Amino acid sequence: MARYVLRRLLTAIPTLFLIVTLSFFLLRVAPGGPFSQERGLSPEVKANLERVYQLDAPLWRQYLSYLADLLHGNFGPSYNLPDFTVADLFRVGLPVSMQLGSSALLLALIVGSVLGVIAALRQNRGADYAVVALATAGSTIPTFVIAPLYQLVFALTLAWVPVAGWGGGALINKIGPVLTLALPQIAIVARLMRGAMIEALRANHIRTARALGLSGWSVVVKHALRGALLPIISYAGPAAAALLTGSVVVETVFAIPGVGRYFVDAALNRDYTLVMGTVVVIAVFVILFNLLVDLAYALVDPRVRYE
Amino acid sequence: MSDVTADLFPPPLAKGRSLWTDAWRRLRANRAAVVSAAYLVVMAVACLVGPLLTGHSYTAIYSDYVRVPPSLSPYPQPDQIATALEDLTRRMRVDLASWQEEGERVRVTLRSTRPIDPRVTRYFDRSSSFTDTRVEETSPDGLGLTLSTAVARHYFLFGTDNTGRDLLTRTLIAGRVSLAIGLLAGLTAVVIGVAYGATAGYLGGRVDDVMMRIVDVLYSLPFIFLVIMLVVFFGRNFVLMFIAVGAVQWLDMARIVRGQALSIRRQEYVHAAQALGVSASGILWRHVVPNTLGPVAVYMTLLVPQVILLESFLSYLGLGVQEPLTSWGVLIAQGAKNIPSANWLLIYPSIFLTSTLFALNFLGDGLRDALDPKDR
Repeated sequence: MARYVLRRLLTAIPTLFLIVTLSFFLLRVAPGGPFSQERGLSPEVKANLERVYQLDAPLWRQYLSYLADLLHGNFGPSYNLPDFTVADLFRVGLPVSMQLGSSALLLALIVGSVLGVIAALRQNRGADYAVVALATAGSTIPTFVIAPLYQLVFALTLAWVPVAGWGGGALINKIGPVLTLALPQIAIVARLMRGAMIEALRANHIRTARALGLSGWSVVVKHALRGALLPIISYAGPAAAALLTGSVVVETVFAIPGVGRYFVDAALNRDYTLVMGTVVVIAVFVILFNLLVDLAYALVDPRVRYE
Repeated sequence: MSDVTADLFPPPLAKGRSLWTDAWRRLRANRAAVVSAAYLVVMAVACLVGPLLTGHSYTAIYSDYVRVPPSLSPYPQPDQIATALEDLTRRMRVDLASWQEEGERVRVTLRSTRPIDPRVTRYFDRSSSFTDTRVEETSPDGLGLTLSTAVARHYFLFGTDNTGRDLLTRTLIAGRVSLAIGLLAGLTAVVIGVAYGATAGYLGGRVDDVMMRIVDVLYSLPFIFLVIMLVVFFGRNFVLMFIAVGAVQWLDMARIVRGQALSIRRQEYVHAAQALGVSASGILWRHVVPNTLGPVAVYMTLLVPQVILLESFLSYLGLGVQEPLTSWGVLIAQGAKNIPSANWLLIYPSIFLTSTLFALNFLGDGLRDALDPKDR
């Protein structure tokens, strides 16, 4: 097991390297630069700025020095937020995004699974149709519609919750963002769970368990659920990586100081270091969660062994 | 003698049913899919023809009606005529002595301390509330003027936006853009994905390895990063925009088609074609691509809503189509900024977008069931 984990972590290095290289050059061949959008910048000032950040060096040297910095854990300064280093921004923003993301993930996994199981047990009956309808709605209504509608109904009309803001992490401020993040995930999890559960309930070992006289409840929870969890686990990995690294829409609409906002802004302003930092962080999360998924597989499914 | 010919050529018993006629029959039996398809047709026709019938251009600005709420009765509403007149006379620097309604026209008497230039009627004609203004009589000293003007009736069924443009017209125009982008970007993704996937799958071996490794690497890049870079490259151009969106969405397509092509290349008819000396591109075009079309059709109907969603998302971020052209995403973004004061700006475009996405999803599910009955 430990050897397997080690090997996976080692193979992650070339992957990460490839991602960093590709995004570095993709970002650099794009027209414009971090200081090209500021108006009234005289050529001398611009040249000086570029010298300070070593943007006047040949591209290959910039690339090598960025790689060297990265190996030392140095993400560099942010060009557009000059008082902060990229690491500072993440230190402040990432915990916020992760808090919201993990709550949303947990909510989605629990509610989605329960709804999916209910739908599977009541297949082609009222409850099933309700869950399927909810799942369709959840996966078709975009986040940027749900979030302002939530504000309109619960904050402006009913005045139960604040419209936006982080409020130092107060629970009442988190309800909207977490629900908005979780709703599409609930829909997907419920749909996956329903499909997997229907299949699992048809399996031979379930028929055997029923024939042996086990109660309906224990058959569902102990035997069927275990098999049906596999697709949920493989979905949860990438979903967790995406949720924990923040969402542009939710963080913009609810004015949340997370890291989700940085990516789009930074890419548009060619804040090279901030974009690269975000790419690296997202890639690390994806790699890490894919590894966790594979390990969780071994826990749930005894047929899966890692040597 | 005639009996013999009848025996030799018996009438065909039953017509063979192809995959497509079979699928068509199953699709028609699926009520949700049929209703969705009808809804989509209605939506498409409404977006194509509707803007011609609303009586407004999507760029026409009615400065008197900024952010007026949706209403079934025409604007100006009775109490608005007075305010419109007061606004106008203030701008004209004259006093409003009296006014009364006479049928469709309004008779206005103006007073001033200085002689009134009869060309002030232009102020009336330029305002969006009045039209066809005529000078009726001028007082002998030139300090008074009576004119009559017709009240211009406008219907704003969905209300107007921040700059006073009709929201119904704009929503329909936005629908044109969103649907067109959905279809065209979907098509781009399908063309690239099918060509790439079929080539990789059919050629196999090292070529396949390299081609699919490229897909894997593109997969591992954050998707929104890729889109933003493409948008940056191509500029905010409407046509290039959907090509960029399609260029990102082809990855799944390529994987699906490759899987199909891998099994098709081992079929006997492909071996036969190879033995007959047909070129690789000939086999790809004649045998591999047509046989992947089933899953491709299904995937495409599920791709179109994804693309529309992506386009709205990009427009929401301000990367999509630019003013005065608009799309559902742009309208929703503007609506979201105005929810406390003008919630109709959010609600109507949202209804149009989500109902279309719903219909597309139901149609896609129906098509999948129809083409792949074992997956039900």
